[in-house]
Amino acid sequence: MHFSDGQVPAEYRRYIGWKSAVVLATAVLLVGALITGISVGAAGIPIPDVARSLAGLEVPRRIDAIVWNIRLPQALTAIVGGAGLAVSGAVMQSILRNPLGSPFTLGISHAAAFGAALSVMFLGGGIMTSTSADAVNITNPYITTGAAFLFSLLGAGVIIMVSRLRGATPEVMVLTGVALGALFTAGTMFLQYFADDVQLAAMVFWTFGDTSRASWSELGVITAVTLACCAYFLTNAWNYNAIDAGDETARGLGVRVELVRVVGMLLASLVTAVIIAFLGIIGFVGLVVPHMARRVIGSDHRFLLPASILGGGLLLLVSDTVARLLLAPHLLPVSVLTAFMGAPVFIWLIIRGQRA
Amino acid sequence: MILDINGLAFTYNSHPVLEGMEFSLQGGELLAILGPNGVGKTTLLKCINAIHRPMQGTILVEERDVLAMRPAEIALNIGYVAQRSEPARLTVFDAVLMGRKPHIRWRVTEHDLQIVESALRRLRLDALAMRHIDQLSGGELQKVAIARAMVQEPRLLLLDEPTSSLDLKSQVEILTMIRRVVDEHRIGAIMTMHDLNTALRYADKVLFLKDGVIHSRGCAREVTREVIEEVYGLPVHIHHVHGRPLIVPVHDHSPATPEHHHALPHSH
Repeated sequence: MHFSDGQVPAEYRRYIGWKSAVVLATAVLLVGALITGISVGAAGIPIPDVARSLAGLEVPRRIDAIVWNIRLPQALTAIVGGAGLAVSGAVMQSILRNPLGSPFTLGISHAAAFGAALSVMFLGGGIMTSTSADAVNITNPYITTGAAFLFSLLGAGVIIMVSRLRGATPEVMVLTGVALGALFTAGTMFLQYFADDVQLAAMVFWTFGDTSRASWSELGVITAVTLACCAYFLTNAWNYNAIDAGDETARGLGVRVELVRVVGMLLASLVTAVIIAFLGIIGFVGLVVPHMARRVIGSDHRFLLPASILGGGLLLLVSDTVARLLLAPHLLPVSVLTAFMGAPVFIWLIIRGQRA
Repeated sequence: MILDINGLAFTYNSHPVLEGMEFSLQGGELLAILGPNGVGKTTLLKCINAIHRPMQGTILVEERDVLAMRPAEIALNIGYVAQRSEPARLTVFDAVLMGRKPHIRWRVTEHDLQIVESALRRLRLDALAMRHIDQLSGGELQKVAIARAMVQEPRLLLLDEPTSSLDLKSQVEILTMIRRVVDEHRIGAIMTMHDLNTALRYADKVLFLKDGVIHSRGCAREVTREVIEEVYGLPVHIHHVHGRPLIVPVHDHSPATPEHHHALPHSH
């Protein structure tokens, strides 16, 4: 069978060009937001100085110190964290064929919170100091981070194991995730009930997602994992498109549906686990950003995934910057802001979508 | 020979579903698989492109063993139109372009785009090209699914109840489209069906399944009353309207005549 006489419609080329332009524009906005975000704060730095410092040109040492030691790592952490959470959400929504697919609806962040609480209570991660600058500090963050990471992977592992037993269908995975979320929440409450004041404060504090927790080396770990998983997701864009059309259709197109679903779930969980373990729980980015991107750019994953990656980075960076400025000199954890802004935006999107 | 199936058997949870399937198909032939609900029509279709792996038997497409192929390789030879395809926020053009997936290595080429445009034009879907598939009717969505299978450039097309849940006009349009594709491109096509009269009108050959085995087979025009009564367990009359068989169930309370039946929605 041959169809070799086709003329690609100009309208289609314009449409694809427009989508590429949206992705590019998001990238430009992100760079703009990065430079602006670094310039604002307790000590204002003029934007040209920020640009010069980032470019490695001569600037006063004090400015270099603020840019490179404080603001840049936090801004990059926000970008990478937002990008990773958003792309995980986009992939989970596709492979689970469920608009509520995100690390939070599937209990992975609850598992992380339980892991952190367990570490605070039993592994000595919960000895805290209180200073005037910071409300609370967890003195042994690596144990807490490690425990949160292990438990979120454990949660994902259980979901994948159950889906190996009962078939990797969206229903099995979503229901298992919801059940796990309830289980880990109950476990955390149990620990909190028996915790003393200091431990309780540490457990609660840990759940506030905060981008200022990561240093350069931690940022390196998060970035490496996120980049590797993004690369995998992007090469699978056609597979996710095919799965959107239905499992049977996808199989007919030669897609190994179960494999794509399980590996996608595993890697999306891994990205989420790494981010939550280092930063704490940051809600709504993974849920809202893919939906926003889908409204603008459609559900073609060739464009949806890059748009989610860049949009997630942009949203968390802007939120983080606003959170730093909002109650200055106090620093608000970004997770409080993302949920506050995310929920109304989400409801607005639902209402607008119903009318369209 | 496009398709040659020998001794195919499939069991599900150690319960035999299909046994001793043997048939073949030439290019330009449209085969309808018929039989009551739950007899394994869809299972047979899914065995042919190895979505279900049969326990026994061989499936050769153009003399190549399907069961030894990788999934992507199967998709280069066999197109599959599922009973339902889910709508997404995707243009018709992109939804059909997805059919090029087995051919796409790293990125979509100009050649892929040209094939999609050509297929849309030949299947008379070019006016819909830039519409989103979540805005299409059931009939239009089904046409998109067929176009998607066509741009795979398969030698064999499998269609699982292509016209179920469609209105009369869409049914006729879809089946005319399938017939034209089979005739013009000389590919083989197999469809499962419930509507006997529609199947007999459009298919060249029919295959009746009963209790997991092939009950009978033959040319669509030569179907007999006995076969249908045995397969479906229901008394029928066969009338001939314009030289085509028209199957009418016999009811005690409504004497079936072609004239009477013309008033019913599914007759032709």
